[in-house]
Amino acid sequence: MSVVKQDPRNSTALTGNEAVAQAMRQIEPDVVAAYPITPQTEIVQIFSTYVSDGLVNTEYVPVESEHSAMSATVGSAASGARSMTATSANGLALMWEILYIASGTRLPIVMPVVNRALSGPINIHCDHSDAMGARDSGWIQLFSENAQEAYDNMFQAVRIAEHPDVRLPAMVCLDGFIISHGMENVFTLEDNAIREFIGDYMIERSLLDVEQPMTLGPLDLQDFYFEHKRAEAEAMVRSKKVIQSIAEEYEKLSGRSYGLFEEYKLDDAEIAIVVLGSTAGTARYTIDQLRAQGIKVGMLKLRVFRPFPFEELKQALAHVNVIGVMDRADSFSSIGGPLFSELRAVMYDSETRPLITNYIYGLGGRDINPRLIEQMVRELADVQEAGRLNQYVNYLGVRE
Amino acid sequence: MALNLKELAKRPVRISGGHRACAGCGFPIVIKMILGATEDPVVVGCATGCMEVTTTVFPYTAWKVPFIHNAFENSAATISGVEAAYQSLKRQGKVDKEIKFVAFGGDGGTYDIGFQSLSGAMERGHNMVYVCYDNGAYMNTGIQRSSATPRGSHTTTTPAGKVRYGKKEYRKDLTTIMAAHGIPYVAQASVSNLVDLARKAEKAFNVDGPAFLNVFSPCRLGWNVPADSARDISKGATDSCFWPLFEVENGVWKVSYKPRNKISMDDWMESQGRFRHLFKPGNEGIREEIQAQVDQQWELLLKRAE
Repeated sequence: MSVVKQDPRNSTALTGNEAVAQAMRQIEPDVVAAYPITPQTEIVQIFSTYVSDGLVNTEYVPVESEHSAMSATVGSAASGARSMTATSANGLALMWEILYIASGTRLPIVMPVVNRALSGPINIHCDHSDAMGARDSGWIQLFSENAQEAYDNMFQAVRIAEHPDVRLPAMVCLDGFIISHGMENVFTLEDNAIREFIGDYMIERSLLDVEQPMTLGPLDLQDFYFEHKRAEAEAMVRSKKVIQSIAEEYEKLSGRSYGLFEEYKLDDAEIAIVVLGSTAGTARYTIDQLRAQGIKVGMLKLRVFRPFPFEELKQALAHVNVIGVMDRADSFSSIGGPLFSELRAVMYDSETRPLITNYIYGLGGRDINPRLIEQMVRELADVQEAGRLNQYVNYLGVRE
Repeated sequence: MALNLKELAKRPVRISGGHRACAGCGFPIVIKMILGATEDPVVVGCATGCMEVTTTVFPYTAWKVPFIHNAFENSAATISGVEAAYQSLKRQGKVDKEIKFVAFGGDGGTYDIGFQSLSGAMERGHNMVYVCYDNGAYMNTGIQRSSATPRGSHTTTTPAGKVRYGKKEYRKDLTTIMAAHGIPYVAQASVSNLVDLARKAEKAFNVDGPAFLNVFSPCRLGWNVPADSARDISKGATDSCFWPLFEVENGVWKVSYKPRNKISMDDWMESQGRFRHLFKPGNEGIREEIQAQVDQQWELLLKRAE
């Protein structure tokens, strides 16, 4: 996000969860089916008060599990109702089966995911293992650096998911506690402007269209399943352009500009770090410190993880010598985290072939701070100097 | 006036022939009777299972009404979402028709894996009818035991062998559990008593709030019985009181059918291959226990309905 002009006097102090709940009030979905889980709970609680106070006309379904939250949302989205839910960690894991059904049935559900470590052992704090576990589920995944981005991503997610060229569900990811419970100044938009921006929920066919009955979720065998999955893959490819054009439209409305990713001091950088989520703020601060010491380091903050913007990433990083990819999730593949694996695959085609190494950090809410990022950048500088990698995967901030 | 066969025969059939259910399967009758019991438009949800896979092989469908299959364990949650959409859009004036909502599931999708989803949807009070077609095992995957499988039954995961006589446990009394949810209408029915089934479905559609129907539905393949035996075996199930017909309307229990000549469990079980091994020497005690348990449950039901 880059800011054009904003007067702090027009902002409101909100936590990330409050900002997301506020966005849901403004979207005013026809149906919300949700279940509480830390650190998402506040979203559900706050939204429930909107329902109780008559601020929204939403049918709120207080389901008995996340599995039923996603199941009911599939049912309502297929019935011509703009439908949302929200979750975290184990809740997302419990939905896993139905995530694929939501995307395979091409239902434009929007879901904030307040990122939290997956059990076990149980831990309620931030990492990205939940969202990364769903990375192949056919959902659009937008990551947010702060409450403002989470708020802004919500409206854009609705438009992206419902776009006729896309018709895929979308997750808006925000870091648990760090964003969800941290209070920031958030610039909100007028309700009317939001209504106009998102428009009415339109799908071609609804289950409630009893005059034209359709069968949804049929048995799809060897003769058709593959074509349907191929079409789904193509929708994900098409979504990239849609995401960009909706970001442009949103910029006109809000003055805040969004892309597939954000570059920070990357133009002349020799060392690049790639991050997702709230760590970008800490990284930006550290980069400023290190730049003052003459280290040419920059950052690429990825906003759109699905679809993975491989062409753009390849171009944006082609000129650097070393890339440090920060993963707040391990994949237990023995070759690093998910962001690393994918980015490394992308850079294989790059003529310049920068050296790429992985830093897994912050699991289970382990603090990431400027000192650790500085340590990482200094190691990357050593790699640059040596012209070769010592290892693919590094663990940052862990007791070995 | 309550539904009768003459009236039922005039109702449009909402499932077409040509579906791929086995000859002699019980659930096509269940679908026909249930959906014929209302003249309002109906939206159907269905759990993964025989009913779903035999009626919706893409690009074909046997359903003449809107239909959604989501997964195995979430038919109730899915239809609860459809019903929530209906409530929302109706309130906003975007839908004006009166529409009814039905979720179907087999016993595996209802008693076992879909139990939580069902319980939740009933407790939340959605205006929907949940229909379980109970054929007493996971038939779609090839006859594995469920918590609805009767004691002594042979299934592929409780095979009768040299030291085991089939399923060791009694079946779960799901209908009573659903009655304990305090919902307006719960009933047990069978494909042998079609008017009773249709009338119960009519009541279920007409109550304000959730209703649950548990319908006895034979599986010729899983039970190892002739293809033309569905009605007779269902009748035997009610005449032996293994599957009593009853309803619980706003908490009031009522027995719908008291057999004039109660038949023995031996008489009923003998007709089905799934119980054949129980008639080998040495299993008399098991059969006696099964009979005693059925008698005890029947007495309990009569007391509840006093």
